[in-house]
Amino acid sequence: MTERAKTAFSRVIASVAGGGLVSLLRTRTIVVLILLLLAFVVGIDVARPGTVNALWVSNMMLFAAPLGIIAAGQTLVMLTGGIDLSVASVATASAYLMATHSGLGVMPAVLCGLGVGFAVGLINGIGIALLRVQPLVMTLGTGLMTEGMLVVYSQKKMAEAPRVPQFIQDLGAGKFLGGIPNDLVVWVPIAIVIIFVLWRTGYGRLLYAIGDNSEACSLAGIRVWRILLVNYIVCGLLAAAAGLIIVGGTNSAALSLAEVYLLPSVAAVIIGGTSIFGGRGGYSGTIVGALILTVLNSILTLLDVPESVRQILYGTIILLLAATYTRLTD
Amino acid sequence: MAIAAPSNTSLATRLRRSLRRYPGLFFMPALLIASLATTVAIHPQFSDFDLQSLAMGALPLAFAAAAQTVVVISGGIDLSIGSAMAVANVLAASTMEKANFGQALLLAIAVLIVGAAIGALNGLIVVLSRIPDVVATLTTGFIWGGVALVILEKPGGGAPQEFLNLGTGTLFTTWLPNALVLLVIAVGVVWIPLRRSKLGLQLYAVGSDRIAAFRSGVNIDRTRFASYVFSGLFSAVGGLGLTMTTGIGAPLAGVYYTLSGLAAVVIGGVSLAGGRGGMLGPVMAAFVLTLIPTDLIFLNIDPNFGQVIQGTLIVVIVMIGAFVERNRK
Repeated sequence: MTERAKTAFSRVIASVAGGGLVSLLRTRTIVVLILLLLAFVVGIDVARPGTVNALWVSNMMLFAAPLGIIAAGQTLVMLTGGIDLSVASVATASAYLMATHSGLGVMPAVLCGLGVGFAVGLINGIGIALLRVQPLVMTLGTGLMTEGMLVVYSQKKMAEAPRVPQFIQDLGAGKFLGGIPNDLVVWVPIAIVIIFVLWRTGYGRLLYAIGDNSEACSLAGIRVWRILLVNYIVCGLLAAAAGLIIVGGTNSAALSLAEVYLLPSVAAVIIGGTSIFGGRGGYSGTIVGALILTVLNSILTLLDVPESVRQILYGTIILLLAATYTRLTD
Repeated sequence: MAIAAPSNTSLATRLRRSLRRYPGLFFMPALLIASLATTVAIHPQFSDFDLQSLAMGALPLAFAAAAQTVVVISGGIDLSIGSAMAVANVLAASTMEKANFGQALLLAIAVLIVGAAIGALNGLIVVLSRIPDVVATLTTGFIWGGVALVILEKPGGGAPQEFLNLGTGTLFTTWLPNALVLLVIAVGVVWIPLRRSKLGLQLYAVGSDRIAAFRSGVNIDRTRFASYVFSGLFSAVGGLGLTMTTGIGAPLAGVYYTLSGLAAVVIGGVSLAGGRGGMLGPVMAAFVLTLIPTDLIFLNIDPNFGQVIQGTLIVVIVMIGAFVERNRK
């Protein structure tokens, strides 16, 4: 571990001394991302002195957690060269189903929510891994199905209003020990597990291998379909978990709850340096990407511009970031 | 792939050959006829009025599908079509409110130019930034959505009655809706010449094998750029179609058309891998997708099941396509 850290550190130093900034960007993208994040934070504090304090930081973590969790699933899928466009619908459906089953108690309700993620992930996995449908089409289709079923279901359930249990509200909006957001209790373990799995386990290495060349993997005797199937299920479960946190934060299970998370979930992964063609990247970059997008959101909120202008600025900045990044790393 | 069949082969041989080459070409008309027959079967009093509302409902979706088709054939994807349609829709509705018919037509041309410009920007971003097209157009779609909100914050605006009549009226008989005529003319005038031109051939070439196309001297970047310009143009026609059929501009109305348009493209037999498919399939698929919720209403079923069926159709049809493909090899 320390040996690794040392070599990583010396490589950074060597690249700064030898090839300058561009090669640093190429080799240690995460460093640059963190610098960019810090630049955003400093920018906020210069524009509105006093904004950045302990409360602001803790709020940023609170808001970043659901995005970070959805983007975790998206990262796993993108590493294999896929994409999941159903994450937003899954998160919404999970939240809604949980809220309408809250009468059964918290645990069964949460399981209902996660069950949606499992089911959609399983269907995605079967289609993509076994029947070899392109991930974009498959997840587009299941996303539409999920959304349609949810609307039908919500009209059947008109009588009993969805209610978000106190436990979920605490999870999505509460803090402990004077400012640590509760949702970090979910996000941090997920992040540690995913980083470890990608870095040290056979499953993790296989994700990279499949993303790089899935043909070669099957010729090498790897059962590619199994890995992909598990991967899409995990992605669905993560999206469902994020949906629960989001609804805990807003305390109302709307039918368009998580719609706004689709673009950021993809953008966080791309900005974080994972290639959409697979085989390159990792979750640590995505975490910083999610934090950057959350801080960016906070900047736009502080600017107090109308929703339309905010949307234009947000999109443009994402494009600029992604463009710089793609140029540098390709 | 052969673009034109040799003229000396008999019609039957050519039919058989194209059936083998593009099974989707024959599948789609069959599906459309089947769904029309189903509609008439469950709703025997199917009248000219039903036909008119079908054509009106399918008009914007058909253009969204047409816009997506051009890009998908050249091997790309455009997830900003719905937002581009919304921009055209609100731009038309907000400027035409107090215009007369002549001015409205001039404004419509201006909207088409704006649409092409939006497409050109999409194309420039995709080609120059080298951001993968899915991500780039997902993001620009978000931006155009913001632009639509800037132009018109809430649903409103309008257009002169003669202009609305282009989408809602009928021609000669009540069984020939203007919307259908408009669709055939707009798609025909743009697509048929394009399909037969050098650029059309290049679109297919770039879509089916980019490297081979490059080595045959096709300018890849310019061809992909052109595909997005046409996508923007068709999106703008779709936005105008929305204005005609709804009579107002709604900044959020376009959102639905990105995914449903893509669904129509996939169902219409255009391969997302690029280089294969035509315009007829997606346009017919747009009619099928519009018929589904109508039929559900006739059957007293929640029309929201339509979206579920749509999602299922996409997946099932792509699966069948992949299966057929594997068996042929």
